[in-house]
Amino acid sequence: MQLSVRALSKRYKTGDGVSGINIDIQKGELVTLLGPSGCGKTTVLRSIGGFLEPDSGDILIEGQSVIQLPPEKRPTSMVFQSYNLWSHMSVYDNLAFGLKIRKKSKAEIQSAVEDALKLVRLSGFDKKYPAELSGGQQQRVALARSLLLNPAVLLLDEPFSALDAKLRHEMREELREIQMKTGLTMVFVTHDQEEALSLSDRIIVMNHGRIEQIAEPQRIYDEPASLYVASFIGKMNFLRGVAAQESIQIGDIHLPNEKNLDGQVIAAVRPEDVQLQLIAGDQPSLAGKIKQVMILGHYAEVTVDLGQLGVVRAFLNKDRVDQLHTGKDIYVTISKMIAYPHEESY
Amino acid sequence: MFWYWKHVGPRRIIEFVLLTLFAIFFAGPLVNLLVLAFTEKWNYPDILPQIWGFKWWKFVLAKDDIVSSISLSFLIATLVTLLSIVICIPAAYAFARLQFPLKRMFLFSFLLTHAFPKMGLYVSIAVLFYQLGLMNTLLGVVLIHMINVLMFMTWIPTSAFRNVHRAQEESARDVGASPFKVFRSITLPMAMPGIMVASIFTFLNSLDEAQGTFLVGIPDYKTMPVVMYSIISDFPSSAGAVFSIILTLPTIILLVAAQRLVSADVLASGFQMK
Repeated sequence: MQLSVRALSKRYKTGDGVSGINIDIQKGELVTLLGPSGCGKTTVLRSIGGFLEPDSGDILIEGQSVIQLPPEKRPTSMVFQSYNLWSHMSVYDNLAFGLKIRKKSKAEIQSAVEDALKLVRLSGFDKKYPAELSGGQQQRVALARSLLLNPAVLLLDEPFSALDAKLRHEMREELREIQMKTGLTMVFVTHDQEEALSLSDRIIVMNHGRIEQIAEPQRIYDEPASLYVASFIGKMNFLRGVAAQESIQIGDIHLPNEKNLDGQVIAAVRPEDVQLQLIAGDQPSLAGKIKQVMILGHYAEVTVDLGQLGVVRAFLNKDRVDQLHTGKDIYVTISKMIAYPHEESY
Repeated sequence: MFWYWKHVGPRRIIEFVLLTLFAIFFAGPLVNLLVLAFTEKWNYPDILPQIWGFKWWKFVLAKDDIVSSISLSFLIATLVTLLSIVICIPAAYAFARLQFPLKRMFLFSFLLTHAFPKMGLYVSIAVLFYQLGLMNTLLGVVLIHMINVLMFMTWIPTSAFRNVHRAQEESARDVGASPFKVFRSITLPMAMPGIMVASIFTFLNSLDEAQGTFLVGIPDYKTMPVVMYSIISDFPSSAGAVFSIILTLPTIILLVAAQRLVSADVLASGFQMK
């Protein structure tokens, strides 16, 4: 195991913090800590990096406990959200700083810096100063500085959140490529679920200082472990349903009761699992009225009011929405859903 | 001519007049000073001196006590600057980085020395200095000068240290630097512009200080501004002009050298109470 976090807990005076954090990360994995701001994901990351002293628990890197070590002695390296670089040093000196401390020879430093800059596609930038670089370039230099130290675990604290959307996309792809090339173990903190889904081997969803679910992106999306995860990841419809033995009823629609729930349930349905029909077919369906049609580029989001069952959103191909308009009667069928007990709150 | 003024417009004319008045107000006395310094004979009602020359320069530079006051002034200013760096820079770092009770009050207390009439403060300090045997000593003069600069020397570097972001220090720790190495290689160099500005300020302030020096340093420690008083009262105004140019010269040289560092930003951020 490359990185193990065991029963970590840290409470601040304000009452915020994390507790019962257990994480195991394999060598070469890219794992994302995902959650809203204040959920404790940065606390976990900073504890791993040595910038926070946890109240209890242990952190092991390659089998060795590092909990007693200061940041400079840990085999980790961190890329911060911003202000990573030292403005009084050139890019070269920024990158060479860590290697100079490690008493590497000049030739070694030179070639390591060159390789790292090449990896982040900034060859020839070594003489520039941080103030002359754009935000994205600065973050790439920070990434390069961490990469050339060849850390056992690379920690990234929302490194792209200060960049604009387009650049963020590019940086994601680049990071993924770099990870493939170098095989580094990475822990990535983000509050952006799209970023987490597109980037990670596994996602750790956190809420209120606890871990809600640890799984691959596809499984997090298809089988959210709790109502909270279901609402946080991707778009989701929530409908009222009733569980009775083998099936869960949403209006006239019966779907299998996989979790053996009982009584009132909340059915979570992805918009892509909702189909709309102009006339009631043979299949059981729910009758509703179109509330809103929103064109979102190559597809459209249609909101349907189902009366007391709730409101449901569906995605449609944009050439199918010509006949749809607000107030029109429509019939809704559902092919898949995940049910949660009604009392579970999020 | 009139068509030209009409074309320019009243707004521009007012601006021009104001600018001229402003320039005369600022540059006039300086020009007068320069002319006076190179005058040998100048009688009313002529606009310019009848005889130009270096007579008063030779006179001033030939007087031993004047020359020795110049070197004494520079010695004291250097001592004051070095000592206040040693004392104030660690304090500024503490104010910027550490949390301790009554922090704001401590920071604010440096303003107190500027809140009282200077002479009253100096007299009460002089009473203390008599008891401690610090009157008419170099240390006494240096201490009096430091009282004046404590505020700048603490406030400006404090804001300079605050402007070094925590992530910048942490990322240095992260790549393997010990806390001391972080301070030496990252924090201190990044705060250097602010520290330089404060130091230059201190140096100039010390060169310029007369009241406190007069009270504590007389009779053995006469700095340039103290000697200036007696020159003005004992000799023709040309001697005073020569001496004030000598007094102003280091200020101008240092400010030109520091122009790169002295931005309104550095100074302004020094006076924010956060």
